[in-house]
Amino acid sequence: MQFSKWLKPVAVASTAALALLVFAAPGMAQDATPEATSDMGMMMMEAPAPNTDLSGELNFMGFGLGDEIATTRVDYAQAQLPNVTLHFSEGGFDAQQFLTAFASGNPPDIVYISQQTLGTYAANDTFMPLDQCIADQDIDMSQYRDVAVNQVTINGSVYGIPEFYNSLMLIINTKALDDAGLTLDDVDTSDWNHLAELNQQLTVGNGNSLTRMGFDAKLPEFLPLWVRANGGQMLSDDGKTAMLNSPEVVQALEFAVSIYDEQGGFAAMKAFRDTWDFFGSNNQVPADQIGFWPMEQWYMNVLAGVSPDAPVAFKPFTDKDGNPISYVTGSAWAIPVGSKNPEAACAFAKAMTSVNAWVAAAEARAEKRAADGSINTGVFTGNRLADEAIFGGGIVAPIDNQAFQQGVDVILSLQDHGFAMPANPAGTEFQQIWQDAVNRVLNGEQTAQESLDQAQQEAQTALDAAWGQSS
Amino acid sequence: MATAAQEMDRPRKGRSNIQRSETLAGLAFISPWFIGFLIFTAGPMVISLALSVSDYDVIHPPQFSGLANYQQLLTDPRIGLSLGNSFYYALLHVPLSIIMALVLAMILHRVGKAAGFFRTAFYLPTITPAVAVGTLFLWLLNPRVGLVNKGLALFGIVGPGWTTDPTWIKPGIILMSLWSVGGTVILLLAALQGVPEQLYEAANIDGASGWTQFTKITVPLISGTLFFVLIVNTIGSLQIFTEVYTMYFGKQQSGAASSSGLFYNIYLFRQAFEFLHMGYASAMAWLLFVIILILTAIQLRVSRRWVYYEGS
Repeated sequence: MQFSKWLKPVAVASTAALALLVFAAPGMAQDATPEATSDMGMMMMEAPAPNTDLSGELNFMGFGLGDEIATTRVDYAQAQLPNVTLHFSEGGFDAQQFLTAFASGNPPDIVYISQQTLGTYAANDTFMPLDQCIADQDIDMSQYRDVAVNQVTINGSVYGIPEFYNSLMLIINTKALDDAGLTLDDVDTSDWNHLAELNQQLTVGNGNSLTRMGFDAKLPEFLPLWVRANGGQMLSDDGKTAMLNSPEVVQALEFAVSIYDEQGGFAAMKAFRDTWDFFGSNNQVPADQIGFWPMEQWYMNVLAGVSPDAPVAFKPFTDKDGNPISYVTGSAWAIPVGSKNPEAACAFAKAMTSVNAWVAAAEARAEKRAADGSINTGVFTGNRLADEAIFGGGIVAPIDNQAFQQGVDVILSLQDHGFAMPANPAGTEFQQIWQDAVNRVLNGEQTAQESLDQAQQEAQTALDAAWGQSS
Repeated sequence: MATAAQEMDRPRKGRSNIQRSETLAGLAFISPWFIGFLIFTAGPMVISLALSVSDYDVIHPPQFSGLANYQQLLTDPRIGLSLGNSFYYALLHVPLSIIMALVLAMILHRVGKAAGFFRTAFYLPTITPAVAVGTLFLWLLNPRVGLVNKGLALFGIVGPGWTTDPTWIKPGIILMSLWSVGGTVILLLAALQGVPEQLYEAANIDGASGWTQFTKITVPLISGTLFFVLIVNTIGSLQIFTEVYTMYFGKQQSGAASSSGLFYNIYLFRQAFEFLHMGYASAMAWLLFVIILILTAIQLRVSRRWVYYEGS
């Protein structure tokens, strides 16, 4: 039996009303005008002629004009599409807001969404396959990094145009190393016994008296990194088979949890970690509250901005064979089915992720940092050619601070060693299932094997249902 | 020539016309609410009942699935877990919040001139956005630097891991909820102010103790209001969502609360809007509705034994 289509919008409201859940939609709308944002910069490659054939409006979801990286690229895209009016709303992608808008037949024209989340919606026919868009706009997909493209590709069709690309590396407090009589060469994640010893050597205090964590395994979110380092994977390459209770995953989880146990347990560590001034000048590095930990590259920019003189160093995370690996996350532009201006949306996505746009943004960032007198570590993108232009074209000048120059070099060296969770239609649910499994172990509710056995069953059920629905 | 019966009918007809016009006026006055109720409450409830027997992901048209969603409720381990968490919270929050509100209301009742200031002060947390409350209490309850544990330390007590130890997650949430009893305080204060002073004077003359006056005069005479706040707080506590979601399940994902802080409405929200299982979420919503209905019916039944209504 099929209910009438007209029931859909009422249906969404009904469940929310019955449960009496009222969630406010994120707030203020902003209109972008070309003159509202900064100059375009001077190192532009030859820009294509503006497309005056496209017109109308573009309503966005999930993209805010928060910094010069956003505004400069929006300026560029607006210049490319002079007859298109852009309407932005603050806040990230909001599932509830999007679904209600979609179900009521009034979706945004284009959304900015994490690549991990995109698969769930793409496989459920919420987003358009972009094959026609790519052909019509002549978008060169080879310019984007393969890992990013794979993460937005479902059943052979591309559903998103990759944007940011976040690599992951080790951030090291060199004062902690000095205190323990260690050097950067001693920081090595390929030998897990050595890593456990290093953790013990760098840890100060224990449990509630912990004053310095030796090493933070960053669970639950970085379990995929530990699994990959251990030679395993959590999901088959085709995204259809969960592999959560394989020996590699169980062993990786047991080891990563043991890192916390050695320091007095996850609860005590979390209580300590929650007190850190994470975005402030007295963050955990200058405050000497951690030895080292794996972290996304964006945090290097934070450190460069708020604590440029902190005793910090950067190294790649390596697997057991000593090869650098990086668990990549990122974002992408997607066009909802029902977008009222898909051609303009596609052209906008192309412009925003183009080499010219990224170069302009990197220049704006460089100018701003120069004016502030702060360190410019550049902009790392999902566009391989853009990165080459930014870092090979002199936009990011050599940094006097050796530590941050080394950080930039480490990130660049990791760009081609990234991996991501294969795209699948149960992306959000699959992630929640394995993270819940990790949490059960961290909280002492189950052993790693028990928890991952349960997760395996739940994940496979979710995947089977999602793939069944999407096919 | 009019018959006697017709003569008698005239005033009756007159009354009938007046009654009819009054009825129509009454209906006209309540029609905005009634239409709103039909459109925004009753209608969606009927639709959600239909969705609860369907497989619906918001994106594709619903497919009838019989009682599959309800069967899944019986086998899903997180239903029992989240219901258990919600009941735990309700069982502790409801009596504690009413007792605390009653104590504060009784104090306010005796404060005199400063009552206006304290009424406002107690009510302010109620109008504080729930998201802000959640964020605020993450700091207040922080095991190492939070004011709650700092305060306990003054008495030589090592405070627990309110936000990091699964055993203490729910007590921490209950502690947070007690901050917002201002609405209940105001209701009970109004009820207390309605208790005739002469009754206390007579009891004093008879030598009744303070406790006797409280149990024999105060409680019976405010029992109607107590019953009201009992019903409302029970329903509200079983539907707790925003503060806990902000603290542990939104951007601030916290592993410690993944099981112990998974309240029923949080799980419902996840099923509906994160996993796109709107049909299953509708079935969950109806299960909660039936549970609340039964609890309310029981409370109504039991209330006959202890609730006193003036004039009844």
